[in-house]
Amino acid sequence: MKRFTLTTLSVFALLLTSSVAQNINIGFTVSKTGALNVDSLEQYRGFELWRDQVNAAGGIKASGKNYKVQFVGNYDDESNVKRVQQLYTRMILQDNADFLFSPYSSSLTATAAIVTEQYGKIMLTSGSAEGKTYTLGNHYLFQMFAPATEYLKGVLDMLKAKDPKATVAFVYEDASFSVAVVTPAKAYAQQLGFNVAFSEAYAPNTTDFSAIIDKVIAAKPNVLIGGGHYPDGSTLARQLYNHKVNLKMITLLVAPDSPQWSELGDAAAGVVVPSQWEPQTAFKAEYGPSGADFAKAYTAKYNVPPSYESAGGYACGMILQRAIEQAGSTDTAKVAAALNATDITTFYGKTKFATAPNEHGLQVGHSMVLAQWQRDKSGTLVKQVVWPLAGKSANLVYPIH
Amino acid sequence: MIDGLLIGSVYGLAAMGLSLIWGVMDVINLTHGAVIALGMFGMYLLFTAFHLNAYLLLLPVIAIGLIFGTLVYWTSVHWVIGRPQLSSLLSTFAVNMIIIGAGTAIWSTSPYNVNFSLPGFTVGLYTFTGNHMAAASAAVIIALALELFLYRTRPGKAIRAVADNREAAELMGISSTTVLALAFAIGIALAAASGALVSTLFPFTILSGGSYQLKSFVVTVLAGLGRPLGALFAGLLLGLLEGAVTPFIAVSWIPLIEFGLFVIVLIAFPKGIFAKAAA
Repeated sequence: MKRFTLTTLSVFALLLTSSVAQNINIGFTVSKTGALNVDSLEQYRGFELWRDQVNAAGGIKASGKNYKVQFVGNYDDESNVKRVQQLYTRMILQDNADFLFSPYSSSLTATAAIVTEQYGKIMLTSGSAEGKTYTLGNHYLFQMFAPATEYLKGVLDMLKAKDPKATVAFVYEDASFSVAVVTPAKAYAQQLGFNVAFSEAYAPNTTDFSAIIDKVIAAKPNVLIGGGHYPDGSTLARQLYNHKVNLKMITLLVAPDSPQWSELGDAAAGVVVPSQWEPQTAFKAEYGPSGADFAKAYTAKYNVPPSYESAGGYACGMILQRAIEQAGSTDTAKVAAALNATDITTFYGKTKFATAPNEHGLQVGHSMVLAQWQRDKSGTLVKQVVWPLAGKSANLVYPIH
Repeated sequence: MIDGLLIGSVYGLAAMGLSLIWGVMDVINLTHGAVIALGMFGMYLLFTAFHLNAYLLLLPVIAIGLIFGTLVYWTSVHWVIGRPQLSSLLSTFAVNMIIIGAGTAIWSTSPYNVNFSLPGFTVGLYTFTGNHMAAASAAVIIALALELFLYRTRPGKAIRAVADNREAAELMGISSTTVLALAFAIGIALAAASGALVSTLFPFTILSGGSYQLKSFVVTVLAGLGRPLGALFAGLLLGLLEGAVTPFIAVSWIPLIEFGLFVIVLIAFPKGIFAKAAA
């Protein structure tokens, strides 16, 4: 009897050990509270949908083994850099994360990257466009978003085609992402011959924009470009509308991409957003689901359509999955080599990482689109792709009022 | 500048609550910011439930504020009255942390909006929103009502008497405990009312009260302790200052100017600029 019990226990222990070995632990934090909450939640849903679909299909298959994806951590970083530093260390040292996904936003990712590089762990980044982090000689950092320098190029090109004599105002959040986006955009606007009538950054927690709006009115621009993240972007749009500022076009970063944007009603209409991905963008997927299948599964699970943060989150998982399959292993060096060799089109678009040491991991394959909130025939606010012209689903509404 | 004056009246109302409690009870109420945030959420919940004119809903917010203030007084403040100021600081700070913690658990720190707007009017290129004007008017009306209460009613006079000399007031038959509880409840109700007004202007989170608490300290120091109407004028002055300087400098410099002023006033007019005028 004693022998039987010991044998049973040994078999059980063996089974337990082997099932643990068959898991891939992925760590990340979510901004469950704080200013980045809205966008971060959308990114998390992308991670989650990918995990559920992969596990339902039997897990990631590499060299004859099936690895189930398991999320470790999933802590609340409170939209706070200090928490990110503590929690990424914890996920690596205590929670045994094999791979990491980034938190949401450039500033949080820059901090997480210091930790993951220090411990030699691969981190795929989503929701992080600022490019400087990738010029610091990192070896295991891979960016899914098109870099910040790309965000507003399309807007200015579109404006050049539509209204080459427009005067432009830049009003943007004083945070690493928006500064990294707006600084090259200002130079590009001047290069295209636009008159930049006004430019000012505001503190990230600003809720009262009246002083800045008064300055914008005094500068009389035709077009306002700027914003930062959801709370400030939505507030700025609402107050521009309430103050009846006479603008022909408003382009804001990040915030208008969220499905929640339509809750602003008339203040939401006409606002343009540079987007990493929209459901209307029809890339022929060489790997993973089609855009339509992704959007359908996402909407069925969460009852809202996916934003580009959600698509970026899903794509993070998908590209890591492919790299593990290609490497036939979960070994960091082998998976990193597979990621370096990645050059593929998925529903999210093309993904290719720079491999030169001075920009390693920077996204060089992905391109952006411009979306605008417009009213359809029934008066409902919907997001339409307006640029590039080849991929548009509607014409740009210009001027908006 | 008009925008500055309009928002300044709301700063003033927020500071009146702090000033009243500070002046009457010698308690620096660190729940002030959290209560302002609760006022915002009170307005949000009432507006979402009843869809009435947001400015009518101020009345129930004030009533709930009075009840909540009484509750906080008896649970956390009454026991530390007369002890060193650190005790009341710690006690009200603890209540502040409880409110923020519970608020974060319930509402997270995501932004909320009260989707109510009144038509404004346009002068040239500038439009003044109806909400700003309504909020400013409500703040002034509440401030005047408080002034009438303090100077024309028996309980109001009792509050002033206790503030001037608690022992003498007690000898005259005034129950200082009841008066202190009433003053604290009114202070909390004023903070909640100002939060409710702010919620009709800007989006807010459970953490939004913090910045208004800081402004309230600046306003209270400008006005002098325990001078509620002075706090309203000082609030208007602060708003006016914000409105006057922002066309010439980047908005990020405003806190530096405000707190620079705070230090200068503390050094040059330790009893507040309005206190000096009153004397």
